[in-house]
Amino acid sequence: MLYDLIVFLPLVGFLIAGLVGNQIGARPSEIVTTSLLGLACVLAWIGFVQVGLGQTDHAFVVPVANWFTSGKMAAAWALRIDTLTVVMLVVVTTVSFLVHLYSIGYMHEDPSRPRFFAYLSMFTFAMLTLVTADNLVQMFFGWEGVGLASYLLIGFWYERPAANAAAIKAFVVNRVGDFGFALGIFLVFALTGSVSFDAVFGAAPNLAGKTIHVFGGNFDALTVACLLLFMGAMGKSAQFLLHTWLPDAMEGPTPVSALIHAATMVTAGVFMVARLSPLFEFAPVALSVVTIVGATTAFFAATVGLVQNDIKRVVAYSTCSQLGYMFVGLGVGGYSLGIFHLFTHAFFKALLFLGAGSVIHAMHHEQDMRNMGGLRKEIPFTFWMMVIGTLALTGVGVPFTGIGFAGFVSKDAIIEAAFASNRPGAVYAFLCVVVAAGFTAFYSWRLIFMTFFGERHWSGPVPEYKEGEAGEVAGATAGHSGGAGHSHAPEEHGDPSHGHAAHESPMVMLIPLAVLALGSVLAGVAFRYLFIGGGYEGFWKDALFLAQNNHILENMERAPWLVSASPTLAMLIGVAIAYYMYIVAPEAPRRLAESNPILYRFLLNKWYFDELYDLIFVRPAFWIGRLFWRGGDGFVIDGFGPDGVSARVLDVTRNVVRLQSGYVYHYAFAMLIGVAALATWYLFGGIR
Amino acid sequence: MFGFGILSGLLILPLIGAAAILVLRGDDPATVNNIRWIAFWTTVATFILSLVAWYDFNPAESGFQLVEQKTWFSSAISYKLGVDGMSMPFVLLTTLLMPISIAASPSVERRVAEYMVAFLVLETLMIGVFVALDLVLFYLFFEGGLIPMFLIIGVWGGKRRVYAAFKFFLYTMLGSLLMLLAIMAMYWTAKTTDITVLLHTNFPAGMQKWLWLAFFASFAVKMPMWPVHTWLPDAHVEAPTAGSVILAAILLKMGGYGFIRFSLPMFPDASQFFAPLVYALSVIAIIYTSLVALVQEDMKKLIAYSSVAHMGFVTMGLFAMTPQGVQGAIFLMISHGLVSGALFLCVGVIYDRMHTRDIDAYGGLVQRMPLYATAFMIFTLANVGLPGTSGFIGEFLTLLGTFSVNSWVALFATTGVILSAAYALYLYRRIIFGVIEKPNLMAIADLSAREVVIFAPLVILTIYYGVHPQPVIDASAASVDALIKGLGQALGATKAAGL
Repeated sequence: MLYDLIVFLPLVGFLIAGLVGNQIGARPSEIVTTSLLGLACVLAWIGFVQVGLGQTDHAFVVPVANWFTSGKMAAAWALRIDTLTVVMLVVVTTVSFLVHLYSIGYMHEDPSRPRFFAYLSMFTFAMLTLVTADNLVQMFFGWEGVGLASYLLIGFWYERPAANAAAIKAFVVNRVGDFGFALGIFLVFALTGSVSFDAVFGAAPNLAGKTIHVFGGNFDALTVACLLLFMGAMGKSAQFLLHTWLPDAMEGPTPVSALIHAATMVTAGVFMVARLSPLFEFAPVALSVVTIVGATTAFFAATVGLVQNDIKRVVAYSTCSQLGYMFVGLGVGGYSLGIFHLFTHAFFKALLFLGAGSVIHAMHHEQDMRNMGGLRKEIPFTFWMMVIGTLALTGVGVPFTGIGFAGFVSKDAIIEAAFASNRPGAVYAFLCVVVAAGFTAFYSWRLIFMTFFGERHWSGPVPEYKEGEAGEVAGATAGHSGGAGHSHAPEEHGDPSHGHAAHESPMVMLIPLAVLALGSVLAGVAFRYLFIGGGYEGFWKDALFLAQNNHILENMERAPWLVSASPTLAMLIGVAIAYYMYIVAPEAPRRLAESNPILYRFLLNKWYFDELYDLIFVRPAFWIGRLFWRGGDGFVIDGFGPDGVSARVLDVTRNVVRLQSGYVYHYAFAMLIGVAALATWYLFGGIR
Repeated sequence: MFGFGILSGLLILPLIGAAAILVLRGDDPATVNNIRWIAFWTTVATFILSLVAWYDFNPAESGFQLVEQKTWFSSAISYKLGVDGMSMPFVLLTTLLMPISIAASPSVERRVAEYMVAFLVLETLMIGVFVALDLVLFYLFFEGGLIPMFLIIGVWGGKRRVYAAFKFFLYTMLGSLLMLLAIMAMYWTAKTTDITVLLHTNFPAGMQKWLWLAFFASFAVKMPMWPVHTWLPDAHVEAPTAGSVILAAILLKMGGYGFIRFSLPMFPDASQFFAPLVYALSVIAIIYTSLVALVQEDMKKLIAYSSVAHMGFVTMGLFAMTPQGVQGAIFLMISHGLVSGALFLCVGVIYDRMHTRDIDAYGGLVQRMPLYATAFMIFTLANVGLPGTSGFIGEFLTLLGTFSVNSWVALFATTGVILSAAYALYLYRRIIFGVIEKPNLMAIADLSAREVVIFAPLVILTIYYGVHPQPVIDASAASVDALIKGLGQALGATKAAGL
């Protein structure tokens, strides 16, 4: 009952706000959805204590209903409850509740708030069905359900073309991943005759090393299955090659970015791999791929984050990069490492996004950091919250002690594990994540410095404001503004008549920030023991599966001191450079950009992935579609088929019968002869 | 009742309504109004009667039920009706969609009596296709359905209606003639046209191939399969809204039903032999028509092409000859009946207001038509196969059922889920989202009460069967199991004989 309530309370909220939201009004909709989520959140923490700290060894299943059964294929609606589930329940409901609360303040000017809160609750419901799934098909339901919610929320401001485009892009790119996920389900079913987790996991050890004839070759069965399923994870978690939708998703309202595109939905891929650890443990090649893809993403996204100017995009690339860390943790066999980072990341990344939202709110929907600056005096609370989030993200802590901000504890563990692992690809992963740690520090502090320090680059009733300054900066950066080519909210910068004083956000927005800040400070230290330390066995029980020879958690403790210190060193270097470039010598970034124009453009344009995909997928699809339509259907099939036949027959009849055209029987006659001719051809000519 | 059973009642009831309308003939508004109501209540009554039939039907049994038989021409050809799990869902789909189509026809103002008569006769013929248990009777219904639809397109259609109607006729007649030849051949061999007997007749393997091809020509055109699909976009574009609904929802299903009823069980060896051909055509249909749908500028054409792609999943699933493949195909046909019918109704709603199907003529409708936008969104998502809508179950099961038989086919077909998302959401965006810029759209009205009533059952069923599809699956489960078992035995026997 407890778990039914956790999952279905958001659904109730969605139905109320969605069906009668406009009748009962915006405020009641907000109150209903938010309080239902609050209740779900409290219950989720109760469940966390019961299951995580309780004694139940095996996952238990709460049946809800039958979904569909066809032959051996049986999918049920059911809630699978184990430690992994309750960790996700806590993350999802907590962040979702805080985001609901925050949105009351953030969206207060929006006319369609009932719709917004309905979508938020619908998303939460879908996410909860995903993490409680007891079989692959229900997981797929939640998986596509969150994709739908994401689509609807990215495109929430439907009058903006950029938002609509981003929404479709998110859905379609996710579908590319889901293509793999679906094939993975089919293959798992073909291998085990089931889609339910207990049956599949039970069959996995016997399948290890077995080959299967699929896609025209003989492959290791579990490797192919895991790779296909991981393709789904890559789409949902915006991993390298399928990442292009995530930055564009920032077109959605900022609370959405915090909830969906930072803390919860994008971590679904991480959850999936952890959930399927009994499969992945027997597919070492697939785990290597997970490691390499994760490491590449961590590095790639961090490089792009270095030069972005849109405050939300910086945080978005940071999310992409941190998801890469999680996959590295999973890939080297440390499933709890990945989930632990997911857990801490939820707090500080939601904090950063909501903080960024508070900045944007304060700046009247300005998102370009080049038009900010000097805000720490105007919005001090937001400033300090952002600093805490940044300290957590960049991993500030005392090396060798395990004491530090949340990100320090979880991220450094992943880096040590990457070093300690002897899986192919782990060395590459180690190098990538250490370098990315430095980049992370740089872009995170760059964000803080550009936004909160230095001179004001925004208009407003401030005496020392000079038109020339803003113009100068705009001029300096105008040459490379291509990457930030998205539409802004109506309040555009540079128009003094729309200038307002920056203002601190209301309490309803600041309280969620404070709660998340608390988590960002403490989540690492408080939960380290349970997630990845000595309490591992008692906490996880059999929710995560480790093969006999998987000793990554012990091995990582024995990493050399230089390795343990490396992320901190990289972080300090990153901070120092950011401090130099954005506080000491503000001219430095421009000079650097001008001296390396190609590299700069390459990064600013996100390695040109959008352009590349447009060139090799989008345009050809339309081009081929036109070719098939006009050429295939129009010219070949119709030309040689009905049109051609009737035209020829008409010619003949016109000459023979010499009747005026236009009579119906003409067509009828033509048709009959045509039919007869075609029938003859089909019967005697076409087929041998 | 006069020695006739409930299925005969289903066939006769629409004809009684049609006769009543013919008696009423007249052009004054009051008469026309009466005609509409007679047609509507006739179809409602037929629907209720079909529910009674459904109540009497036992889905756990695999054989034919509610059977009735009257001797007709000779002892060999008889008037024989009956339903099993594979035909009952189609009967219900037909009777459900008829009142909806009639209710969606107020914009037809010309020759209303003839229009309604055509629809009612069409209903009889369509139900007849699904309940006929005699090959000749089936053929009459199957081909007879062409005529009212031909008239509906040709008389009440758009500008190029004559071209479209003849293209439709040309294609389907071609298949029909071949099927007639095959039926004659079967009669000479088996000395009967009783379907229940033919199902247990073993045709020689060589003959099976010819018969299979002849039936295939007819069913492939009806489905329609690539490359004989080009009549469908034209027919849809020119047909009036209700005509499109019936065409997409029911007439297209006759081909799939034909494969299940005849090709698979009667010609198992040929089905096995030609399965690769069907796979190839199905996969081509899915990818090819999805890409074509992406570039359409006419809403109806886009949905028509999307129908061809979905029917590709159906043929693929059927010829996988696995329980999931066949059940998925049946489910997908039912679901597609609801969803594509609803999508054509969606087009009809704005066509009635703006008199254009040009996608570019719209944009930003959500600002004026929130209810419409919601309904359209639900059907778009079902068309995309989102889990939680009925569209998902069929696609998923057909792909799952095909994967174990041929992983390449499943792989290529699964790309359809990416492409369908692309074309469907792209269409939705261009019509619904954005800012209203066209001045003539400013005053467009949201769904009327009548339209809400029309859409409500479709929305409810689309979601209900997405969350709880088991009733539909169970309805056909026993019959499909028997079919698969029979196929296995037939193919096993052939293999054993070959060894």
